[in-house]
Amino acid sequence: MSQTHAAPQETVQPEMQAGAEVLLRALKEQGVEVIFGYPGGAVLPIYDAIFQQNAIRHILVRHEQAAVHAAEGYARSTGRVGCVLVTSGPGATNAVTGLVDALMDSIPIVCLTGQVPTHLIGNDAFQEADTTGITRPATKHNYLVKRSEDLARVVHEAFYVARSGRPGPVVIDLPKDILINKAPYTAAATTEHRSYRPVTAPDAGQIAKAVAALKSARRPMIYTGGGVINSGQAASDALIKFVRKTGFPITNTLMGLGAYPSNDKQFLGMLGMHGTYEANLAMHGCDVMLNIGARFDDRVTGRLNAFSPNSRKIHIDIDRSSINKNVPVEIPIVADAGLAIEALLAAWDNEPAEVDTASLAKWWEQIETWRALDCLKYTQVQTKGGIIKPQYAIQRLYDITRESGRETFISTEVGQHQMWAAQYYRFDRPKHWMTSGGLGTMGYGLPAAMGVQVAHPDALCIDIAGEASILMNIQEMSTLAQYRLPVKVFILNNQYMGMVRQWQELLHGSRYSESYTAALPDFVKLAESFHGVGLRATSVDQLDDVIREMIASDRPVIADICVDQKENCFPMIPSGAAHNEMILGAEHGNRAPGVTDDGMALV
Amino acid sequence: MPIDTTLRSATISVLVENEPGILARVVGLFSGRGYNIDSLTVAPVEDGRNRSRINIVTSGTDMIIQQIKAQLDRLVPVHRVSDLSTDGPHIAREMALIKVLGTGEKRVEALRLAEAFRARVVDATTGSFIFEMTGATDKLDAFLDLMRPLGLAEVSRTGVAAIARGTRII
Repeated sequence: MSQTHAAPQETVQPEMQAGAEVLLRALKEQGVEVIFGYPGGAVLPIYDAIFQQNAIRHILVRHEQAAVHAAEGYARSTGRVGCVLVTSGPGATNAVTGLVDALMDSIPIVCLTGQVPTHLIGNDAFQEADTTGITRPATKHNYLVKRSEDLARVVHEAFYVARSGRPGPVVIDLPKDILINKAPYTAAATTEHRSYRPVTAPDAGQIAKAVAALKSARRPMIYTGGGVINSGQAASDALIKFVRKTGFPITNTLMGLGAYPSNDKQFLGMLGMHGTYEANLAMHGCDVMLNIGARFDDRVTGRLNAFSPNSRKIHIDIDRSSINKNVPVEIPIVADAGLAIEALLAAWDNEPAEVDTASLAKWWEQIETWRALDCLKYTQVQTKGGIIKPQYAIQRLYDITRESGRETFISTEVGQHQMWAAQYYRFDRPKHWMTSGGLGTMGYGLPAAMGVQVAHPDALCIDIAGEASILMNIQEMSTLAQYRLPVKVFILNNQYMGMVRQWQELLHGSRYSESYTAALPDFVKLAESFHGVGLRATSVDQLDDVIREMIASDRPVIADICVDQKENCFPMIPSGAAHNEMILGAEHGNRAPGVTDDGMALV
Repeated sequence: MPIDTTLRSATISVLVENEPGILARVVGLFSGRGYNIDSLTVAPVEDGRNRSRINIVTSGTDMIIQQIKAQLDRLVPVHRVSDLSTDGPHIAREMALIKVLGTGEKRVEALRLAEAFRARVVDATTGSFIFEMTGATDKLDAFLDLMRPLGLAEVSRTGVAAIARGTRII
């Protein structure tokens, strides 16, 4: 059909709305259901827009740091991007710890920060801070929106950057006039990003090389980290398949716990500074190592020049800069963990070589002799009035929550209790374990559990805490009360900053400088004052009842578990030592190597 | 695998989105991670001024230089990164404005050497010369060494601009 008259070209004028409304519309398009935030002058237009809608729920925290940790808990337990809203100046600076925490642990967060109006930027205005300057090294990327026409595009792009490749936190700094002035709405771009296009598919040639190396192994070892968790459930499923198919031993990093069921016989436990004897010695002694989504962190490697000295190493990571950063590897593979494991599975059957099963059997025999040492052994007196060992408290928590059959999420603060939780709580699914691994942020666990509970209202969300860490974000008990979030805080109370005390005992001649917390609050009364339930166990015969009462309650609970003050966290690889120079617990006569001067300088 | 500890110099070119803060991002990456910057140049290189090219001369072991490349490459506004010193032959040039004060014999000698080095006189008074000189870094260094005893008073250098030889583009 011929047309004599072309239809008159209409230039579609994009709809104009107030910036704050455009912002919320873009958030909705990105699937945001919950924002963790705290209002202030610069973000009042956003709060006004939130007031006039119901699609996005706002959780009012009591401190901006907690808002970010809550969003992290939300993101880690759901696999979605966590969203945060804070005001300018102190609102933004308070959020920085949370942002760095998310950066170190690769958690997708979009943090909206208020800013003074564009014409006041640089004038030292009230509540002004150079937020993009301050958060540049604290985020994966950040934006300052200076033109209304950029607003919608920047919001969409921020979510893309936060969740793509190696996930991370993204800040959008929003001057108040941009929020008030009319802005055009644009939908999310369907085209590729101009410059950020992370590689996710593995190179087939490298996968083939990896399979050949693994099949030639006599003492293989698989070591996986948070990359498998971030990749999603499918990656964990593929990992289980691959490990079973190969018959190889596997260990997880602190961030990677839950990717492989920890009660499985091929699982050697966590590795690293407080990892198991068998996992660390297997890492030290293996001849081919497959690292999937872990980054050879110093807490894992110990002394670098003695780290797994005789192994050929394969490293799969979505972030090219994680490869060959600390440990040179022979076969690098830049890819998403899940896609890479699928590719390994597919290539495994195509490679004609067979695994040397005789050698593998011998390797397992060796591993079993290490496992037989039972490095996590401890002695709990069961007599009435017996003092509670912290390890026993975690073990009972695990047993009783498991018996309850409820879906259970565990978060932690940072210190001894965190390591005991990693050692004694057995994870069998990804995304149910939230801990501050990279940054080691005390005060992480309570707000993180809060974020998890918001996403999973019917689940059991427990923060395993220490009495020192919990005080760093204790104000969030008030948030729990306001939103009826029945988070459980399980405090292993030894009245010391336990990990500091442990290092002082082992490395600083038992000079306990400033690690004893005098004048602790009464945690039972504290819970009650925040409209929660306070419970306490001071002896082993009370422990089970307290745990049962805690998980049966439909309210927020603080369970103050008074544990052995002198207990240390073992096994331990002292700073600057190698995997085969581990200190074991009292049960094993504290076999200890000397700590080197270089090691003393390490943290 | 044994770690190669030999230090080498590297000229890295980075094509970036020309957005606010990009230079701070690149420089902050170097200072935050403890890498050296021996020289740095930056300017828009496209018609719409949408993209800039940053040339950085740095040094480190091969593992560190690979790491610098990977770290630069994962910055969101970075389009491309090339280590010109290993990706093939390349040209690297910088420009310097060199002020030499002096009279008499030294002044004559300075001018004579400048001619030999193909430095251009861009300003002159009875007591001074300003030479403009373009060349590889070591050529500029050699000329400055010669000028030092002849009254070298002030230098302004651009830092290195570099590009691959032949048909290869970044």
